[in-house]
Parts: sequence; structure tokens; C-alpha cells
Amino acid sequence: MNLAIALWLSQDAVTNGAIYALIALALVVVFTVTRVIFVPQGEFISYAALSLATLQAGKVPGTIYVLIGGGILVAALDGLAALRKKSLKFLPGSMLANIVLPLAVAAAAWWSASRPDDLLLQVVVTLAIVTPLGPMLYRLAFQPLANASVLVLLIIAVAVHYVLTGFGLAFFGGEGVRTHMFPDLQFRVGILDISGQSIGVIATSLTLIVLLALLFGRTTYGKALRATAINRVGARLVGISYEFSGRLSFALAALIGAVSGILVSPITTIYYDTGLMISLKGFIGAIIGGMTSYPLAAVGSLAVGFLESYSSFWASAFKESIVFGLIIPVLLWRSLTTHRVDEEDDS
Amino acid sequence: MMRRVLILAALVLLAVAPLVLPEFQVTLLNYVGLASIVTLGLVLLTGIGGLTSFGQAAFVGLGAYTTAVLTTQYGVSPWLTLPAGLALTFVVALCLGFITLRLSGHYLPLGTIAWGIAIYFVFGNLDMLGKYSGLAEIPPLTMFGWRFGDSRAFYYLIWVVTLLALLAMRNLLDSRSGRAIRALRGRSLMAENFGVDTARLKIVIFIYAALLAAMSGWFYAHFLRFVSPHPFGLNNSIDYQFMAVIGGSSELWGAVIGAALLTLLKEWLKDLLPKIMEQSGNFEIIVFGLLVIAMLHRTRDGLVPYFSRLIPADTQRLRPAQAPPLPRRAQPQAGEPLLQLKRVSKSFNALAAVKDLSFDMQAGEILGLIGPNGAGKSTVFNLMTGVLAADDGEIHFRGERIDDRTGREIARCGLARTYQHVNLLQSMSVLENAAIGAHLRGHEGVWSASLRLDRAEEARLRREAANHVEWIGLGGRLFDAAGTLPLGSQRMVEIARALCADPLLLLLDEPAAGQRYQEKQALAELLRALRQRGVSILLVEHDMEFVMGLVDRIVVMNFGEKLAEGSPREIQTNPAVVEAYLGSVV
Repeated sequence: MNLAIALWLSQDAVTNGAIYALIALALVVVFTVTRVIFVPQGEFISYAALSLATLQAGKVPGTIYVLIGGGILVAALDGLAALRKKSLKFLPGSMLANIVLPLAVAAAAWWSASRPDDLLLQVVVTLAIVTPLGPMLYRLAFQPLANASVLVLLIIAVAVHYVLTGFGLAFFGGEGVRTHMFPDLQFRVGILDISGQSIGVIATSLTLIVLLALLFGRTTYGKALRATAINRVGARLVGISYEFSGRLSFALAALIGAVSGILVSPITTIYYDTGLMISLKGFIGAIIGGMTSYPLAAVGSLAVGFLESYSSFWASAFKESIVFGLIIPVLLWRSLTTHRVDEEDDS
Repeated sequence: MMRRVLILAALVLLAVAPLVLPEFQVTLLNYVGLASIVTLGLVLLTGIGGLTSFGQAAFVGLGAYTTAVLTTQYGVSPWLTLPAGLALTFVVALCLGFITLRLSGHYLPLGTIAWGIAIYFVFGNLDMLGKYSGLAEIPPLTMFGWRFGDSRAFYYLIWVVTLLALLAMRNLLDSRSGRAIRALRGRSLMAENFGVDTARLKIVIFIYAALLAAMSGWFYAHFLRFVSPHPFGLNNSIDYQFMAVIGGSSELWGAVIGAALLTLLKEWLKDLLPKIMEQSGNFEIIVFGLLVIAMLHRTRDGLVPYFSRLIPADTQRLRPAQAPPLPRRAQPQAGEPLLQLKRVSKSFNALAAVKDLSFDMQAGEILGLIGPNGAGKSTVFNLMTGVLAADDGEIHFRGERIDDRTGREIARCGLARTYQHVNLLQSMSVLENAAIGAHLRGHEGVWSASLRLDRAEEARLRREAANHVEWIGLGGRLFDAAGTLPLGSQRMVEIARALCADPLLLLLDEPAAGQRYQEKQALAELLRALRQRGVSILLVEHDMEFVMGLVDRIVVMNFGEKLAEGSPREIQTNPAVVEAYLGSVV
């Protein structure tokens, strides 16, 4: 290995690590607020990448049907709940968010499909398709079980992952896609070629991380989420509903997933089931951060990026074994250094 | 009755199934049996022990690959590869368990995912294991010239083993180790205080589950006669957890029901959906996912617990029969020095909970430790029983220093305690809860319990527990779930549990809280009777009337420090004590 290869591997590592960091952040947000280990995070990545590619091919992506169908289900559930409570107060809002909005997004998608060169429009439509899926998933699958044990929530998460992967295959087929995004810029710094793509990924990730930090540190919504994460009962007592926190955290996760999918799609070929591996690696980053610390999760994800990049150079067949095997010492270190909460999860 | 009839009916159905069903269905039932064995391990590990594993399929793979390699490449008999596979799995599970079971909380499932995936990729990348194309031509099992070639022949073999595994697990849970295992989930501090080595026990049940998985893998290899990495990946590990959760991971039959449901459902969907939907796609995975979600929304504890509530339980339980009593410790002579605290301190960050606390206690006395809320009384208990480590100072029990020991070692010295917040296993019977206290007075382990070789000792333990429960006045509720008792009675069960440990020193943390007047009177009588027997008692209590009429001496704490010490009469007239309780008199 010479310096040029090392630098090239490092660039690869940082680019991938930045995406893992985004995923790790989403997983940490969802887990701390709702206790859901959110396995389907990867589907947001696949859905976004595949939707964008379909739009670029001049077609309307099938994910729009998932959005409309999910919206109808949520609206129906909300309608039932309204009938049972005999209060129609929240119904117009729900109809707007779950029926009107998806239809509007569908119209936008149809329009965007006729303009294959309008990259910005495609990106916006993709984000608009994927992001509302988050709160819908929460409402349909997780909200009815908000107090269940972490294990049951995890099993539900895996089941949701199956459903979404199934839809992914049905709508997009088994073929992989790549999108064309940023112009093929290349910078030469010394002996290293830096691609515009990498810079785009890293810059977007950093921006998103800063925005999230601002959201959590400065806004009422962000503080409500943090309060729920720290103490759900306490947050409830001061008037923060966990339904709201749950929906918000899932919306954030979906948005982050969609952005990562858009970022990763020009670099890697994305299949309907690629998301899982990406999100598992983000997961490992999140674990290194203890599932609760945002900055440490980001650092952990970078470490995963480096580990993966260098092990694929030295022992590519065992790349995954190394990435997943080396997590164990990290886990050991984490669990020995964190304070042990023994009497937990008695449910 | 009802339950027995149901189980009997299930067994009869299982026995006649291969005689009437076509070959294909019998094969499916074989898969159900193989999955049940693995899932049974998960019920023990996750549902009862509270340790989530997403790596069980890797152990199935270890069992399958061991026999595949040894039989195809070295010509070893399959009957020898079973112990070999189990031995290998034992070693691997011991190592993995040693590393990952130290992981607390949510790190554990993630850790198991990690090594599960790592092992999978090893299967897929080693030349010796045939890489991703796997190993074929594994010989069938033969026994006394009889060849287990087809599904029907294999059926009885698999199901007999499955039912034996179920029986062994049932035996295990109904034993000394079983009670300790059930305490692992959320009550491990209490278990440690009664001498349970929880770290070791976690590894033991982890190995137990891994061995079951490996055994299933051995059958799998000889049934299919081909192995490839595919069935041993993360997806299958997740499937096993699905089976446990859907069946109901707190009940043994949940393993079989969950395995059957999932296996048959997947097969059925694969079969049915393409007929309904014209185009072929991955629709079965969508419907499967939706069904699982719907099912868990309805029955979040799983199917078996959901339905078993509808079936009346077999309530007719017999009082434990007479059995030779357990050996007892010799109580120290009254007046012998028993306990010394020497300048003990403990701070939580800036808050000094206990500061320079010293007092002595003699054998045979009842000492009251009183003080306003937040004076540090319970912290003293936690320091004495190894729950917390002291920052400074020493605690001696019968001349031996104990403040640097673990709760488990301290329990061996003869200290037993109750808890301020009732620390019982709510769904376990009063008798079994009390019997946890006698953990250190028995020796039978997991393996002998599984094989029912522990019955003589178990009878003595249960008799001992029943004696104490009857003595504290709850003999009529031996078999009721502890959680169904009123809080005051639950505190009494805590005392019975502590007495089962045959303690030299009994530490009672607010035993009278939640008791009515007559109950307090009865409690005081019991404690006096204990003193008569030579048991020393250290009592933390708020109820002054109760304390003053009972104890020999009192130590008063305020803001972590000792405020006064003396007889009840001296304490009642001590101006500093009066001031601490009632505020200063101007």
C-alpha cells in the first residue's frame, strides 16, 4: 500500500462514514424517543435512491402508491378514533396530511417525471415522497404498541422491514440503479483526486448534522424530543404527547434516510434491499455511540467507514466479517465503561 | 385438567400425523420440530432469562457444519459428530458468552447480531466449508441397521428429541437453578444478594440455548444431507426470535406454537399467493410482515400466554411433603461482637449520603436504625450487602472485613435482607419466591435439574420455604402469584425469603410499611421469636411506636451522620433527636 492508495481509501472511508453517520443519527433519535431499534431505516435509503432514479428515467415511482395507501390507512384509523371519541377536532388535519398531501406529492411526481433534467425538482419530490412515510409507519405499526418491551418493538420493526422490502421489490424490481447527480467534478490535491461527489456527500452530511444540533438545542420541538428521550413519563406529565414525539422522530428519521439515499445513489449501485446493509453499518456507528450520544455516533460511523474501506483492501472476502466482528471489543468497552442499569425492562 | 387434556390431544395428533399426512407435510413438520428446538433455547435465554440473542442460527450452523465436515471429509460416524459439534459449540458459546454477556441492556442483542453475521461470513468464505456453495452428500443417520432416509423415518426422531428438550426445560424451570434463572430478568441484584452467581448463570443458559441450537443443526444436516451458509445467517436468527415472540416467549409451548405457526405460514403464503396474484413477486414477505404486525398488535405477549389465560389453570397444588430438614448454621453466642461499621462514608457526586458512620452490633440483639427521610439508612444497607461500594471506612462481620466483597460473598457469610421497594418476582408463586432465599443451601445445577436428578434436594428446599411462609402466616397462599398479594403481605414474603437463607443477621428495610395495626403487632411478635432463636436483626423503620416497643438499641442518623445511639428511652429524650425530627425548639 502506498500513500496514494491510503489517501484514496481514506476518501472512500470518509464519504461512506458520513452517510453511516447520518443513519446513526436517525437511529439514535428514533431509539431514544420511542425505544424502537429501527431496522427499516435502510428502506428509506433504498426508496429515495430508487425513486430518484425512476424520476430521472421519466417515470412515476411506485413508492407514490405506498405513500397514498399508507395515507389512506392512517386517515381511516384516525377517522375510527375520532368516531370513538366523538370528537372531530383532529380529523381535518389528519385528512390534510394523509390524503391531500400524498395526492399533491403524486401530482408533483407526475409533473417531475415529464422533466427529466430538473434535478432540483426530482430531489424535492423524492424527499416529499419518502419523508411522510416515517410518521405514517409510526402511526400504523408502532404507536399502538408504544409501551411494549424493546424486544417486541424490535420484532415489529423487522416485520415492517419485510413489508417495505417486499414493496420495494414489487415496485422497482430486482435491478440495481445509479443516479446521475453532481457534475463529474474532480479536484487534484497533490497526489489525491477528490471527487465532487465526495465533497457533496460530506458537506451535506455536515450541514444536516449542524441543523439537527440546532433543532435539538434551540427549538421547542427539539427540546420536546429530548425531554421524551430522557424521561417519557415525565415528558408526558408536562404535556408532551409521546404520539407527537414519536411521529416527529420518525419524520426526522425518514428525512435523514431520504437524504442519505439521494447522496449515496450516485456512488453505489442501489438495489431494493441495499438499505439494510448500509443501515446496519450506521447501526454499528450508533452502538459505538451507545445509542444515545449523537457526536459519538458520528465518530463511530467514521470509524466504521475506515474499517470497512481498509479491510476491503486487505481482505475483501472477509470485509463484512471484520466490520461486524470487530464491533464486539467496542461493545465490550462500551458496556464496561457505561453505568450499568440493572433493574430495567421489567415489563 | 383442561391443560393436560389439551397437551395429551396435541401429543396424540403429533403421533398419528405422519401416518395420515402426505410426505411433503411431514417434511414441513420436521422443520417445525427442528425450529422448535432452537426456539426453546431462545425462550429460556430471552423470554425467561431476559437476554436477547440474534445469533442462534450461527450455532445451528456450527452443529450442522461440524458434522458435515467430519462425515464427508474424514468419514467419521454421525453419532460421533454430535458430541463433537456440541463440544465445539460449547467452547464457542463459552467464549462469545464471556465477551458479549457482559454487555448490558441493548448492547447484547446488537452484539449477538455482530458475531452472528461474522460467523455467517466465515461459513461462506472458508474453502474447507465449501464456501457459498456448501457441502453435499452428507450421509444419512443409521441406527442398528435402520436407515433414517426419508421424512417419515426422521419425523419421530426429531419430535421425540423436541419433546424431550421441552420436558428437560420444564424440569429446569421448576428447580433451584430455574428460580435463579427467572430472577435474572430485572431482579439480578436481589438474586446476587441471595448468593446467585448471575454472571455465571447467564453464561450457562447462553450455552444451554446454543447447545440446543447446535443439536438442531446436527439433525438438519443429516435430514437435508446438504449444508450451505444461507440458513445460518441473520435472517434465520431473526426468524427464531420471531417464533419465540409470536408464540409467547415466556412459555415453553410458545416455542413449539411459534415455530409451527411461522414455518407453516411462510410455506402457505409461498404456495397460496402466486395463485391469487397473477404476477409473481415477493408478496409473501409483505403479507407475512403485515400478519406479524397484526398478530402482535392483538397479542403482544404472544399467542400461548394470550390463549392460556382462557384455559383454567391446574390449581390443585399439593403442599410440599415432609422432607429431611436442611442443615442450619450455628448461631453465635449472644453478646458476641457481630457487626462493626468503622467510619464508613459514601457520596453520590457532591451529596454525602453516609458520612463517617460508626456503630457496633452484638449477636442476639435487635438494633433499630432510624432517621428522617433521606438520612442515608437504605444506603447503609446497600453498603453492607455489597450493592454499593463504600468510598471510605470498613465494615466487619464476625471479625471478617466484608465491605470489599460482592453481594454474593456477603450472602455466604450469613447476611440476608429485605428491600424497601418490594423485590419479588411478581408472577412467580409465593413458595418459589421464598425458595430463592435458600439458594445457597442447595447445590444441584442446571444439568441435574434438567434430568430430574435434583428431586431429593429440591424437596428439602421447598419444604424449608413452605415452613417459613407458613410461619409468617401466609400458608394459605403458597401457590398464589406473589404479585396478587397485598403490599403488606408481600413484605412478609420478603422476610420469609430472607429467613430461608438461614441468616445470622437479618436486615429488614421498613418491614412495617403498608401493614395494618394488627399486622404490625404480629410482625413484632415474629421478630421477638426470631431473637429468641438467636437471629440478630438490624431494622430500618419509620414507625416509631413499632421500633420503640421492639428494639434493644437504636442508632439515629441524620444527613448521613450518626446523631445519637442508645436505648429507646435514651433516644426518646435526646434533645438532638427531638430537634432533628420536630425542628428546633426556640
